[in-house]
Amino acid sequence: MMKSFKPMLFCACLAMTSIAWAQQADLEINSPAVSALKSSMQSRHGVLGPHFASGAVGLTKDGLVTVRDANAIPLSQRQAVNSAVNDENRDRQGLYREIARANNHPEWEGQVRDTFAQRWVQKAQSGWWYQDASGAWKKK
Amino acid sequence: MNHFAKSYAVFLIAGCLSACVTINIYFPAAAAEKAADKIIDEVWQLKQGEKPANPAPTPQQ
Repeated sequence: MMKSFKPMLFCACLAMTSIAWAQQADLEINSPAVSALKSSMQSRHGVLGPHFASGAVGLTKDGLVTVRDANAIPLSQRQAVNSAVNDENRDRQGLYREIARANNHPEWEGQVRDTFAQRWVQKAQSGWWYQDASGAWKKK
Repeated sequence: MNHFAKSYAVFLIAGCLSACVTINIYFPAAAAEKAADKIIDEVWQLKQGEKPANPAPTPQQ
């Protein structure tokens, strides 16, 4: 009786250990590429921040940003905001890819992006606009 | 006895395989969320205020 239990117990322990290990391990987010993208995005937030607040720029459901109401941006700034949005999206896509790559799982890119998409919205200030899962715009 | 040895081997192989698969395909969702929060806090320069930090020590009366 005891003998037949032993291997099962062993296997269960092995499986649980591996699951626990996978859950506890932190993701590597300090690679040079990730740090560079992070600081680039940080300095750009000075430009984009006010436009999130005005509703001109919103958070998309795929973890990017977009101009959703160009009329809310003064004409003189429109060009600058457009290029900031494009740069931001390039950095964000790079960030998701680089995080996946830094953890030796390039195939995680999509899941990293989905995680970020949710967390950007979660951490957005009230009054900012975001897309829900169906793509409809909502005000936080 | 031989029977036990055989079943042990089968379980051992199955266990190793499941462990390998777990490590290779499992996406650490909780760790990813933590990592995302850390990066977002830095990019948007959010302070600790929003997060429920360590509970403040209650003053003893």
